[in-house]
Amino acid sequence: MTAPEGPVLSGPVRELADRIVAKYPVARSALVPLLYLVQSEVGWVPREGMREVAEILGLTTAEVEAVATFYTMLKLQPSGRYVISVCTNPSCSLLGGRRLYERARDVLGEASERVTDDGLFTVEEEECLAACDAAPVVTVNYTYFDRVTEEQLEGMIAGIREGRVPEASRGGVPGDLREVSRLLSGERSLPGPERQPASATGDDGA
Amino acid sequence: MPEFEPVLTARWGNADAVSIDGYLETGGYRALGKALATSPPALIEEVKASGLRGRGGAGFPTGTKWSFIPQSTGKPVYVVVNADESEPGTFNNRELLERDPHQVLEGLAIACWAVQCHTAFIYCRGEFVWPASVVERAVAEAYDRGYLGRGVAGSDFDLDVVVHRGAGAYICGEETALLESLEGRRGQPRLRPPFPVTDGLYGCPTVINNVETLSCVPHIVDRGATWFAGIGTEKSTGPKVFSISGKVNRPGNYEAPLGTTARALIEEHAGGISGGRALKAWTPGGSSTPYLTADHLDTPMDFEAVMAAGSLLGTGAMIVLDETDCIVDATLRFTQFYAHESCGKCTPCREGTWWMSRVMGRMENGHGRGEDIELMRDMGQNMLFKSFCALADGAVSPIDSSIKYFREEYEEHVRLGRCPFKDEPGAASVTDRTGGTTGSLAQVLPEGREVQLGEVLG
Ligand SMILES: Cc1cc2nc3c(=O)[nH]c(=O)nc-3n(C[C@H](O)[C@H](O)[C@H](O)COP(=O)(O)O)c2cc1C
Ligand code: SF4
Ligand code: FES
Repeated sequence: MTAPEGPVLSGPVRELADRIVAKYPVARSALVPLLYLVQSEVGWVPREGMREVAEILGLTTAEVEAVATFYTMLKLQPSGRYVISVCTNPSCSLLGGRRLYERARDVLGEASERVTDDGLFTVEEEECLAACDAAPVVTVNYTYFDRVTEEQLEGMIAGIREGRVPEASRGGVPGDLREVSRLLSGERSLPGPERQPASATGDDGA
Repeated sequence: MPEFEPVLTARWGNADAVSIDGYLETGGYRALGKALATSPPALIEEVKASGLRGRGGAGFPTGTKWSFIPQSTGKPVYVVVNADESEPGTFNNRELLERDPHQVLEGLAIACWAVQCHTAFIYCRGEFVWPASVVERAVAEAYDRGYLGRGVAGSDFDLDVVVHRGAGAYICGEETALLESLEGRRGQPRLRPPFPVTDGLYGCPTVINNVETLSCVPHIVDRGATWFAGIGTEKSTGPKVFSISGKVNRPGNYEAPLGTTARALIEEHAGGISGGRALKAWTPGGSSTPYLTADHLDTPMDFEAVMAAGSLLGTGAMIVLDETDCIVDATLRFTQFYAHESCGKCTPCREGTWWMSRVMGRMENGHGRGEDIELMRDMGQNMLFKSFCALADGAVSPIDSSIKYFREEYEEHVRLGRCPFKDEPGAASVTDRTGGTTGSLAQVLPEGREVQLGEVLG
């Protein structure tokens, strides 16, 4: 997907952005949430989106970019609609995580490091996902599948290709990267209308 | 000793307890009412008397931390829940959030009353898409029922809770990096002192506590400090959820009193080593804590005893390797983790973790030289306590301790010019063939290229 023509955060999405900003005592805390919101609109985070976020928060684009490049879940180049992450940290690899990762790469090819030609997949090697009891662990858009075998992994990929996204071990059927990014932006935890954000530092210099 | 009854995991068998109705039916939010009827200083004294120590890795006394919060600065006070859980091998926070989200919320609300905080944050690692959604729902329920928001539980105490999701970076679990991240910056640690208790979020007094730490709090208030201090050992009190993974028959989270022996946890709770094989090495508290061996199985899992055995209790995450697992291979993979996750702020860690992963890779792939063992120890000495935060110390732990206990295995890699385990039937390779690291560090030294000491340290 190429970068968008018009503004990324406009209309109701821009209103949502304002509500997300409002839940923090200092606007800048909403930087990553707003980048997730951009990702939910575009499917990744183009520079144009960073510029808009900078404008909303009163920062420079360079400041936003410096933050965006720090975090692996913000995709700074076009990404697959389904990000398949395979944990290869030892607790998983001792039980086959490394082989799973290699299998995913074999099935989806070199391009999956960025995005497959059909735009569907990105494959990532993950560090410990805090679910080592369920090793080896695979996530689809950061939704967990426990004790995955190579066969199951191939089945998951085939299913997604046919539009049948498999149900995760917990958390239901993962949405695509845009939907999940929307969730990550914090849209489900917004302050009620009556909640006034407190002054951040007790003085006005914040 | 009387039979131990689970405390923190007591509701795990009860799927209804995830909802506020199920939580209330099982005694939930009773402690909050009791706390709100107690003065904040008395509450802090109670938590101090319980002996509760932080479960996030450092073991700092929780009540003492709360007591450091100054009340007369004119600035707001913040409390931040550290739910970034990323230490390899650690997975109890995730299950505590997924199965009993109100327990940690109640602990948080009590902590907020104790330090007079009116806006709290729960910083969840980004990959916790589902666990954080469970927490968001619990927060919404608590607002609806008046346990959060204006007038908490019928008192005149106001409290707002904001769930914040991270975006993938281990270092954001380090408390000052977490604050930077929450302020919308790169997650790089701050210089301490000043400490967060005086100069934390937005420069205000801030308490940062782990999910498991706060989950203990309602029980301390409900059943009393004396009861809590009666569990565990004299200096390491209370229950602990041990995450056990790797080559055991029943990997999982097991709650037991601090001071339970590693043997009981691995052999009884986790069902022993898979396939009846022999245990080779284990970490007591995640990959950042030095390995121990079968000789240390009778170590009580408490802060003091694990330290006396030459390691650290850390997060209580036990990663278990058996006799068919290559210690060099596993250690290389941990080293790659630290190289990938080093935030790059300070030189010993940024450069050290990178070079260590190169040298470890060369070792595992059969190109190591005898001197490499000393080279790695030397590099470790130049990182240990010379870096900005404890990530670098954690990176040195697996290397130093594996050399300490398994030097012959390193020497064998050098002698054979290959990994002696790679062709073992059933052995799983943890690293790839090139020894390349994950992510952006996927540059590989040309084969046979030698690393010079000056090059490493220069
Ligand atoms: C590199 C690094 C990573 C850390 N990651 C975590 C983490 O994921 N969760 C956590 O609670 N503490 C983590 N800590 C420890 C925190 O800095 C801090 O000590 C802890 O959150 C305090 O809470 P507690 O007193 O309740 O344990 C980490 C520390 C370091 C140095
Ligand atoms: S020790 Fe490593 S992680 Fe910590 S500040 Fe230095 S570079 Fe960053
Ligand atoms: S090692 Fe894979 S989830 Fe922990």
